Amino acid sequence: MQKNRLQSGGRIDRTQVLNFRFNGRAYQGCAGDTLASALLANGVYLIGRSFKLHRPRGIVGSGAEEPNAIVQIGSGAATLPNQCATQVLLYEGLDANSLRGWPSVQFDVGSITNWFSRFLAAGFYYKTFMAPRKLWSFYEKLIRDSAGWGHAPTKADPDFYEHRNAHCDVLIAGAGPAGLMAALAAANSGARVIIADEQSEFGGRLLSQTDEIDSMAATDWVAQAINTLAQHENVRMLPRSTVFGYFDHNFVTIAEHCTDHLGAHKHTTVRERLWRVRARQVILAQGAFERPLVFCNNDRPGVMLASAVSTYVNRYGVCPGREVVVFANNDSAYRCALDLDAAGASVKAVIDSRATGAGDLQQEVEALGITVMTGHVVTNTLGSQQIRAVQIAKFSIEGTVPATLPAQDLVTIQCDLLAMSGGWSPAVHLHSQSGGRITWSEELHCFVPDGTTQNCVSAGAGNGAWELHDCLRQGLEAGKAAIEYCGLEISDLAEPKTEGIETNSLQPLWRVPAVKAPDRCPKQFLDFQNDTSVADVRLAVREGYRNVEHVKRYTALGFGTDQGKLGNINGMAVLAEYLGEPIANVGTTTFRPAYTPTSFGTCAGETVGQLFDPVRKTAIHEWHEAAGAKFETVGQWLRPWYFPDGDEDLDAAVKRECLATRRSVGIMDASTLGKIDVQGPDAVKFLERIYTHDVGKMKVGRCAYGIMLGEDGMLKDDGVMARLGEQHFYLTTTTGGAASVMSWLELWLQTEWPDLDVYLTSVTDHYSTISVAGPTSRQLLQAIDCDTSLDAADFPFMSTQTATLCNLPVRLFRVSFSGELAFEINVASDHALTLWCALMDAGKNFDITPYGTESMHVLRAEKGFVIVGQDTDGSVTPTDLHMSWMLASDKDFLGKRSLRRPDALRADRKQWVGLIPADKTTVIAEGTQLIEDTAARAPVPMCGHISSSYDSPTLGHPIALALLKGGLERAGEKVYASLANGKAVPMTVTSPVFYDPQGERQRD
Amino acid sequence: MKYSALNLLRNGLRHNRDWPEAWRHPEPKSHYDVIIVGGGGHGLATAYYLAKEHGLRNIAVLEKNWIGGGNTARNTTIVRSNYLWTEAALLYEKSMQLWEGLSNDLNYNVMFSQRGVYNLGHTLQDMRDIERRVSANRLNGLDAEIVTPDQLKRAIPALNTSASARYPILGASLQRRAGVARHDAVAWGFARAADALGVDIIEQCEVTGIERRNNKVTGVQTSRGHITADKVGVVVAGHASVLANMAGLRLPIQSHPLQAFVSEPLKPVLDTVVMSNAVHGYVSQSDKGELVIGAGIDAYNGYGQRGSFATIEHALQAIIELFPSFSRLRLLRLWGGIVDVCPDACPIISKTPVNGLYFNCGWGTGGFKATPGSGWAFAHTIARNRPHELNAPFSLDRFATGALVDEHGAAAVAH
Ligand SMILES: Cc1cc2nc3c(=O)[nH]c(=O)nc-3n(C[C@H](O)[C@H](O)[C@H](O)COP(=O)(O)OP(=O)(O)OC[C@H]3O[C@@H](n4cnc5c(N)ncnc54)[C@H](O)[C@@H]3O)c2cc1C
Repeated sequence: MQKNRLQSGGRIDRTQVLNFRFNGRAYQGCAGDTLASALLANGVYLIGRSFKLHRPRGIVGSGAEEPNAIVQIGSGAATLPNQCATQVLLYEGLDANSLRGWPSVQFDVGSITNWFSRFLAAGFYYKTFMAPRKLWSFYEKLIRDSAGWGHAPTKADPDFYEHRNAHCDVLIAGAGPAGLMAALAAANSGARVIIADEQSEFGGRLLSQTDEIDSMAATDWVAQAINTLAQHENVRMLPRSTVFGYFDHNFVTIAEHCTDHLGAHKHTTVRERLWRVRARQVILAQGAFERPLVFCNNDRPGVMLASAVSTYVNRYGVCPGREVVVFANNDSAYRCALDLDAAGASVKAVIDSRATGAGDLQQEVEALGITVMTGHVVTNTLGSQQIRAVQIAKFSIEGTVPATLPAQDLVTIQCDLLAMSGGWSPAVHLHSQSGGRITWSEELHCFVPDGTTQNCVSAGAGNGAWELHDCLRQGLEAGKAAIEYCGLEISDLAEPKTEGIETNSLQPLWRVPAVKAPDRCPKQFLDFQNDTSVADVRLAVREGYRNVEHVKRYTALGFGTDQGKLGNINGMAVLAEYLGEPIANVGTTTFRPAYTPTSFGTCAGETVGQLFDPVRKTAIHEWHEAAGAKFETVGQWLRPWYFPDGDEDLDAAVKRECLATRRSVGIMDASTLGKIDVQGPDAVKFLERIYTHDVGKMKVGRCAYGIMLGEDGMLKDDGVMARLGEQHFYLTTTTGGAASVMSWLELWLQTEWPDLDVYLTSVTDHYSTISVAGPTSRQLLQAIDCDTSLDAADFPFMSTQTATLCNLPVRLFRVSFSGELAFEINVASDHALTLWCALMDAGKNFDITPYGTESMHVLRAEKGFVIVGQDTDGSVTPTDLHMSWMLASDKDFLGKRSLRRPDALRADRKQWVGLIPADKTTVIAEGTQLIEDTAARAPVPMCGHISSSYDSPTLGHPIALALLKGGLERAGEKVYASLANGKAVPMTVTSPVFYDPQGERQRD
Repeated sequence: MKYSALNLLRNGLRHNRDWPEAWRHPEPKSHYDVIIVGGGGHGLATAYYLAKEHGLRNIAVLEKNWIGGGNTARNTTIVRSNYLWTEAALLYEKSMQLWEGLSNDLNYNVMFSQRGVYNLGHTLQDMRDIERRVSANRLNGLDAEIVTPDQLKRAIPALNTSASARYPILGASLQRRAGVARHDAVAWGFARAADALGVDIIEQCEVTGIERRNNKVTGVQTSRGHITADKVGVVVAGHASVLANMAGLRLPIQSHPLQAFVSEPLKPVLDTVVMSNAVHGYVSQSDKGELVIGAGIDAYNGYGQRGSFATIEHALQAIIELFPSFSRLRLLRLWGGIVDVCPDACPIISKTPVNGLYFNCGWGTGGFKATPGSGWAFAHTIARNRPHELNAPFSLDRFATGALVDEHGAAAVAH
C-alpha cells in the first residue's frame, strides 16, 4: 500500500504499478516515479546512515543535490554503487539497498560513534594514531573499512558505451523555462541546436510547480514547447543527458543515460553515450539549488527542502507528511505550504525568520487558515529515526545574529515533516568550469555568474533570476543573442505571459542560533553526507585553517558524492561569519567536472577490451598462426616470437631456428619495421641533419646503416636507409620507434625547417618485408624466378634494386641483421602471403626454417648488433656503441653539439661490451646489474648492466651484451653479474662481436 | 599543544575550544635570513629542515595563495623510491626514510600508508626493464622484488591478469615500503612544525620580483611589499621558469598540465597502488574510499591548470583495461596541476649563477614522494651554500656538462 500516494495529480501513471525491493522488502510504485518518490509514497523515511557518525538519514532533496539517499542498485556484474535515489527512475524489479548500517539501517551498531562525536571533530585523525608507529596500519584498516559508500562490482561490466562527436551553433544545458525558451528562440532560425537535460522529462521546475504560462498550466506549456522543438530538424533534444564538463574552446561533454531506467535488459544496446560537443555558443540554464537551513538536528529523516516537498506533491503525487511545519527565510517556501494544503496535509505553521513575513503568498497561505509565525525560527528538531517535533523560538536580527536563544522561549510543535528553505543558489558549476568568474550578490545573497572567458551565457535561475517571467525572458534573450552571434535571422518570438507576484526579499540566515553555543549544542549540519557541522568549521578557523580550501579539506565540507551542491554555500557563509569577513571575500572552492558523477565506462567509450588499442598484425599473420607460432607483443604489433616444432619449448625452438639459418636458410616476417618514404629537392639536406653519416655521398641504389640522435646526443633510433633516387630515400626504423620517429621528423620539418622542400610518407603498412638469411638464401631467390642477377658483383652487400620474384614486383635489399648472406624483400602487402608461401615451397629443398623475434635477437647478438630500446636507454652515445666512425665530421647533425659536452667525453662512460660467463654455462637474466666488488655493502657501486643475454646455439655457450663502465678498454677483465639470490657470477669482458668479426659471411 | 590521543580526549571534553592555531598568520617582517618562495610541501619542508637541522630561525615561507594548494594538493600521492639510477634512488630513498618517521617527527599524522606499489610489465622489454631496475634497487639497499602474474592475481583480485587481455600482464615489480600519504596533511604538518620552530608562514603573498645587487640576492618584491633577505630559495613547481625569469635565469624546464581524478567513495576494492607504463594508467584507493587515478601529461605547455578531456578518456580506457570491473564506477571530480618537467625527468636542487639564490624544481609528475627528502637536501644546500652529496648530481650545471640522470627509459610514467 502506498500510504502517502495522492489519489490524483502528478505525472506518474497509477495504472502501471511497478514492484521493487528496498533493503529486502517488497514495495510498489508507479511508472514515472523515482526510487525516492516511490519510497516516500510507501512511507519509507530512513534511507541510510551518515558517513562518520552513522546518524539516521532520509531523503532531503529531489535531484542531483541529494546528499543522503545514496543506495546500491542491483547485484552481480551489473550492480551500481552510490546511486542517488532521487535520480534513479523506478522500474519493475528494481532492487535497492542502503549502503550503511550494520546489522541493519534501522539498528546500526556504528551509531555509537555519534555518542563520541565530540572526540571525532574535524581533522581528529591528524592528531592521533601516530604512536606506536606499527599500529597505524591497524588503525588505517579500521578507517578504511568504515569509510566508503557502495560496493564496486567484482565482474567485468556487461554493458557497453559509445562516444559521439557533434558540432552545434547553440548548446543549451537545462530544459527548464529558461532553457526551453532559449531553444524556442533559436529553433526558428535554422541554427543547429542541442538542448540537454539530466532529467527524464524536459520542463525543469515547471514540472513541480502550479504556475500558469500563457494562460495554460505550465506543464501544458512545456508539452507544447517540446512539440514545437520536435518539429525542427535542426534541434536535437537530449533528455536523461547530463552536461557534466565544460572544457576549453567551448568543448562540452554530455553523458546520455540510455538504458538504466529500463531495468533488466540484455545489454545489447549502448548503456550510456558520451556526446563530445563543440558549440559556437553555450547557454547555461541549469537552474538553482535550494539551500537548507542550519539548525540543531537539521539532519533528521523528515527534514526536507521545501521545493523537494513541492516536487513530490506536484510531480509525483506523493505527500511526504501529514503534519507539516514549513520553515523559511524567503517567500518561495510558502508555495510548498500551499501545495501541501492542497494535497490534504495539515500545515501546522509556517515559521518565517523575517519580521516582515512574505509578500502576496503570505496572504494566500493565511487565507487557508494556516498560521504564519513571522520573526520565528526552528532551532532544533526532536525524534529518532524520523522527525517528531520541532522546537521554535522568537528571533530577530538587531545588528547581528544573537549568539544563543533563551531556553525558556522554546515552543514545541509536533510534526512528521519539516519543509525548509534557506533561499536559492544558482547552479554556477558549468559557468565556473568554463573559466567564468562568479561574484557574491549582496542583493540576491548568492553567487552569480559574472564575466565569461568563453562563448557562453547564463540564463534563468542559474543566473539568479527567481521569478518565472524573468527566467522566460532571460532564456528568450539568450536564445536571440546566440542566434545573432551566429549571424542568423532572429525570430520575433514574444515572451509568454505569466502572472507576477509581490515578494519580500530574503533574509540572510546562515545559521540559526541554538540554546547553547555551536560547540556545545546538538549538531547543526552543513554537509549532511560528510557530517560536517557548524562546530567543525568553527574549529577549523580556530586552528588557523582559514582559507576556504583549507576549511573544505580539513572538515571534508563538500567532498561527498553531491560535491557540496546542498551544503557548500551555507558552509562558506558560516566560515565568513567566523572569520569576520564578508562572504564575497571568502569566495568559493573551485567547481570541477564532473557536474554529477559520470561513469568511467562512458568516458572510455567503445575504446576498451580488444578495441583498447587495436592489435596490428602483418599480412602474413594467418600463416604464422597456422604454423603454431607463439607471439610476442611489440608496440601495437603481434610478432611471431618462435615457431615451436611439436612441443618444443622456447630454448629448443630457438636453437633449431638459429642453427638452420646459419647452416642453410631461415625466413622471417620483418614487416613491422617502420618504413618512411622521403622525397623532395631538399631530401639530402634534411637527412644530413637527421642522420649522423654522410647521406649526400650515398650513391643511388646504395644502402647505409643510419643512426639518429636526440638533441642530447644520445642514440634515438637506427635502421637501414636506402637511396632510391637523387631526391628519393627510403628509411627503416625500429618496430617500436616507427611512429615516434615519423613524428620526430615531421616536428623538425614543420616547426624548425619549414623552408625545406621534403615530403615524408609512412609506408610501413604498404610494404611487407620478408627477410631470408643464410648461405643458401641466394639460391632460394633464384629458385622462385628472380629476374635479375643476385651475384655479389651485380648486387653487392648494402645495395638495393627492384626485381620480380615469382612474377611479383619487389624491391630487394642486400642487408643482414643476422650476419649471414641475406636479402630483405619488400613486397606490396597484398602479395606478401603469396610470396611467403612461394618461398616456403621452394625452400623445402633448402631446409628453409621460419624464425621469430627471439631467434632474430640471438642471431644479431652473436654478431654484436645493437637493438635500440633493449641495449640502449636514451643515455648511450654512438661512441659508447663503437659507432664513432659513423659521425661525419664535416657536417652538422642533430645531437652533434651535445657530443662535445664533458660528460659525453668521459672515459669511464658505460660502453658496449660482450660478456661470457666464466663458467660458460650460466645464462644471466637480462637486466642484471654488474658489480666489481662482491664484498661491498649497499649501496653497492654498479658498473653496468646486462642488456641482452642468450645461450648462443652457434657458439655453444652463453653470451651477453652489456653496457659497462669504461668497457671499451676492458677486454679480458672480469666483472660480476649480481643475481637476485645474492650470488655473483664472474663474467669475462669480450668484444660484443662474437661471430664472424670480419663480416665475411654477410658480404659473401 | 602536542597532538595525541590524550589531548584529543581532553579537548573533546572541553568541546574542542582550546585547540591552538596549527600555524600563526603573522605579518611579514622587513628582513629574513632566508626566504623560501612557494608554500607547497617542498617549500614548507625546506623551511622546517632549515630550522630543525641547521638551527636557522629567521625564516619566512611566502605563498601566493594558500599553502599546499599547488601540486601538493593536486597530486595522486604515490610515494616510492624504486628509481633506476643510483643518484635518483638514493635521493628518493632518503625521502622514503624520512616518510617512515614523518608523522612522529612532525607530530602530525600524515597518514603515510605503506601499502606497496606495483609497476606492471606487459611486454618482454618491460620485464627486462623491471629486472634491471629491481636488480639496481636491491644493490642500492632498497626493497624490491619481482612478482609473477599468479602472485598479482592473488594480491589484486580486481586486476585483469588474463592472458587474453590486449596487453597481457607478464609480471610486475613490487616495492612493499612504497605507498601513499595524505597530501594536505603533509603541507599542514610541515607548516605546523616549522611554525613551532619560529618560521613565519605568510600566505596570500606573491613574489613578483627578485632583487639583486652585484650578482647577489638582496630580497624580494611581493604583493605585500618589499622584503629583504640574505638568501632566497625558490620552490614553486610549475612556475619555476616564471621565477627564474625574475632573476634573469633560464631553466631547462617545460610546464605542462597534468590531470588526475577520483571516483566516488567505495568500500575497499584495492589495497595497494598499481601503475602501468605500457597502458598509461595508475590507481590507488584513498582512506576515504575514492579511487585516485592519474592521467598522462597533456602535451601542450601552459600555466592554466586545465587539461583536455581526451587525456581523461585515455586514462580511463587504460584503467578499464587493467580493471574491467571498474567500468561502472563513476568519476566524481577531476582537476589539473602544472608540472615542471626537466629533459631527464629528474629534479634540480641547486645553487644558481646568482649568489644566495637557490632553485628547487623540475620534479615534474613525481615530486610529492620526494617532499621530505627534497626539503632536507634543499635546506642543506641553502644553509651550507653547497649541495649535499645526495643532491649534488642534481645541480643546474648538469645540463651544460651533459651529466643527466635519465629516468625516462626506465619509468615513462614517473609518478
Ligand atoms: C595531477 C598530478 C599528480 C601527481 N601525482 C604524483 C604522485 O602520485 N606522486 C608524486 O610523487 N608526485 C606526483 N605529482 C607531482 C607532485 O605533485 C609535485 O612534484 C610536488 O607536489 C611539487 O611540490 P611543491 O611543493 O614543489 O609544489 P607545489 O605544491 O605546487 O607548491 C608550489 C607553490 O608555489 C607557489 N607559488 C608559485 N608562484 C609563486 C610566487 N610567485 N610567489 C609565491 N608563491 C608562489 C604556488 O602557489 C604553490 O603553492 C603529481 C602532480 C600532479 C599535478
